[in-house]
Amino acid sequence: MNPTTPTRKGVTCRNLVKDYGSGESRVRALRGVDVEIAPGELTLLVGPSGCGKTTLISILAGTLDATSGDFSVLGVNLQRLSKPAKADFRARNVGFVFQQFNLLPFLTVAENVAVPLIINGSSRATATTLATEILHAVELGDRTQSFPSQLSGGQQQRVAIARALVHQPRLLVADEPTSAVDARTGHAIMELIRQMALQPDRVAVVVTHDARVFGFGDRIITLEDGRVASSKRGERSFTHDPLAPA
Amino acid sequence: MRTGCLFPVWLATCYSSFSVILLREGAPPSSQDTLAGILGRKGDAVNWIALKMLMGDKSKYFAIVFGVSFACFLIAEQSAVFCGVMLRTTSQIRDTHGADIWVMNTGVRYLDDAKAISDDSVFRVRSVPGVAWAVNLYRGQGQAQLADGTYQAVILMGLDDATLAGAPTHMLLGSIGDLQIPDAILVDEAGFHQMWPSEPLSTGKVIEMNQRRAVVVGVYRASQTFMTLPIIYTRFSQATLFVPPPPTGRLTPFVLTKAQPGLPPEQVARRIEAQTGLKALTKQEFLDLTMQYYLRHTGIPVNFGTTVVLAFLVGTAIAGQTFYLFTVENLKHFGTLKAMGMRDRRLIAMILIQGMVVGGIGYGVGVGLATVFGIFSQRAMPLLAFFLPWQVLALSGAAMIVIVLLASLLSIRRVLVLEPAVVFQGGS
Ligand SMILES: Nc1ncnc2c1ncn2[C@@H]1O[C@H](COP(=O)(O)OP(=O)(O)OP(=O)(O)O)[C@@H](O)[C@H]1O
Ligand SMILES: [Mg+2]
Repeated sequence: MNPTTPTRKGVTCRNLVKDYGSGESRVRALRGVDVEIAPGELTLLVGPSGCGKTTLISILAGTLDATSGDFSVLGVNLQRLSKPAKADFRARNVGFVFQQFNLLPFLTVAENVAVPLIINGSSRATATTLATEILHAVELGDRTQSFPSQLSGGQQQRVAIARALVHQPRLLVADEPTSAVDARTGHAIMELIRQMALQPDRVAVVVTHDARVFGFGDRIITLEDGRVASSKRGERSFTHDPLAPA
Repeated sequence: MRTGCLFPVWLATCYSSFSVILLREGAPPSSQDTLAGILGRKGDAVNWIALKMLMGDKSKYFAIVFGVSFACFLIAEQSAVFCGVMLRTTSQIRDTHGADIWVMNTGVRYLDDAKAISDDSVFRVRSVPGVAWAVNLYRGQGQAQLADGTYQAVILMGLDDATLAGAPTHMLLGSIGDLQIPDAILVDEAGFHQMWPSEPLSTGKVIEMNQRRAVVVGVYRASQTFMTLPIIYTRFSQATLFVPPPPTGRLTPFVLTKAQPGLPPEQVARRIEAQTGLKALTKQEFLDLTMQYYLRHTGIPVNFGTTVVLAFLVGTAIAGQTFYLFTVENLKHFGTLKAMGMRDRRLIAMILIQGMVVGGIGYGVGVGLATVFGIFSQRAMPLLAFFLPWQVLALSGAAMIVIVLLASLLSIRRVLVLEPAVVFQGGS
C-alpha cells in the first residue's frame, strides 16, 4: 500500500496556532504547527511535557477549536463546522482512547463498547451484538457482562480500544494509552492498536512520551514548544507487517 | 381522614407503592432494568444510558430520591395541614345535615359572625314558594359552669323543638330523642373530655349555664372545629334560656331550610332573599363564604403560606442540591459522551429524563409518606388538622415539576459549558 495516494485523505495542518486564555494569562500552546499525517500508518506524537501534544490531537479530533491556521481532517475543514455538526463528525469518524480509559462505570463492558453505536443511532440490541463481537477480537469475550471496576487496567484499556473502534471510525486518537499500565501491558496495548486500528484509509495518531513504545510507530512526529521539531519514519522494531492478512 | 378525600388518598397510596417498586430498580446493579429497559426501548437507547447512570450508584440514587421525596413530603404535608385547618372553620356547617339552605342576617360574613334576625323570619321563609320546610337554629356562645365551679366557654346550638332538624348524626351515647327531656343537652366527645378530662364518656353529668341546670343525656362525635370549644346541642327553647337575654330581644340567628324536591337549592335561596330581604345561602355557598372570610381576614393563609413556601424552598434546595451534585459527580462521564460525539440536546434530554424519573418517584414516595403521616398522626393526635384533597396532590406535583426543572437547569448549564476537550486533560 502507498500512504501518499491522494484519494486517501489524512490530516493536513498549516500554521496551526492555539492560544489558551486571553490577555495577560494567554498561553500559546501551539505556535504554528505544519504537519501531514497519512492514513494507513500508525503515527506517534511525541515530545516533552507541555509541548502541545494533547492540544494538537484535541484539535484534530474536533474536541477543541484552533485559534488560527488551516487544517483538514479526512478532507473535512473542521473549523467550518457548527457545534452539532462537529459532534456528529466526532460520533461518526473519531475513535477515542484516553489515558484514564474513561469507561462508564455504570455500564457493563459490552454496554460500554456499545455506546459509540448508540450515539450513532443504533438500537441497543444491534449495538450490544456488535460490541460483543469486537470484544471477542480483543480477547475479552468472556468479560462482556463484567463492570469496568472488575477489570485490570490493561483489560480496561482493551475495552476502551474496542469502544474506540466498534463504529469503524476513520480517525483513531489515543492520548498516552500506555502510561497508566505497566510496560508489558503497554506493549500489548500498542500491539493491539496496530492490529486493530491500521487500515488503509484509517488515520491513527497516538500521543505518547513512553520511549518504550516508540518502536511501534510508522512515523514519529516530535513536538517541541508548540512546533513540529521533526517528522521521521519509525524503526518499526516490534512487529511484522501489520497490514499482512492474519 | 374524612370521606370525600378518600380518592386522592387512594391515588397517592397506589402511586407511591408503584414508585417504591420503581425505586427498587436502583438496587440490583444491572441484571434487571425494567424502567431503564422500557424507557430505553420506547425512546432511544440514550435514555437508557441516562437511567443506568442515574441508578448505577445505589447510594447516590437513593440519596437523590430521598432529597426529592423529602421536599415533596414537606410541601404535601404542610399544604394538607393548611387544608385541614381551613376545613375546620366550616365543620359545623358540614355537620349540620338535612337542610340545604341557611337563612341569616344580611350582615353575616362567616359562621361565627351570627347576627340575630327577627323571630318571625321562619314563618316568612316558610311562605316562600319552593320551600319544603324551614326551622329555627340557635347558635351562640355560652358559659358552662362545671360542678367544681370552673367555667368553660361552649358553643350552644338550639334545634327546632318539634323536629330537632340539623341534629348531630354520629351518636356515641344516648339518642337525639333524649333532647326532649327537660334541661337535656348533648355534648361532643372532644368537648366531654375537655370538661371532664380522663373520665370515661357517660350520661348524667350536670353543668350550669346562665344559672340553669343542664344534664348531659348523650355524647356525639363532631368534626374538629377551628376553635375547639365544646359544642352543646339542646332544643331551641332551651338554648334561649341557657344564655342571658340579648339586648335586642331577638333570639334567632339562623333559619334552616330545605328546598322542595326537584328544585335547585340555589334558585330557592334566591327566591327567599328576594321575598324576605334576608341572606339565604346554600350549604356550599355558606361553606365558601366562611372559608373565604378566614382566607381573607385572618393570618392563617399568610402564616401557612409562609410555611408552604418555606417547605418549597427547603425542598428545592435539598432536591436541587442533591441532583445538581449528582450531575457534577458525573460530569466526567458527560464529558466522555460529549467527546464521543453526543449532541448537546441528547445530553439535555438525558438530564431531563433523570430529573423526571427522580421527580416522579420522589413525588410518589413523598406524597405516600404524607398520606401515611396524615393517617397515623390523626389517630395519635386528633387535634392535628390534616386534609388531603386532590388539589394538594396537584400542588405538590406542580411544585415537584418546578423543583426538578430548576435543578435540571443548573445541571444542564454545567453540562453545556463543559468543553469536550477536558476528557484528554484529566489526570495527565
Ligand atoms: N486548558 C488549558 N488552559 C490553559 N493552558 C493550557 C490548557 N491546556 C493546556 N495548556 C497549556 O498548553 C501547553 C500545552 O499543553 P498540552 O496539554 O497540550 O501539553 P502536552 O504535550 O500534552 O503535555 P503532557 O505530556 O504533560 O500531557 C502547556 O503549556 C499547558 O500548560
Ligand atoms: Mg498531554
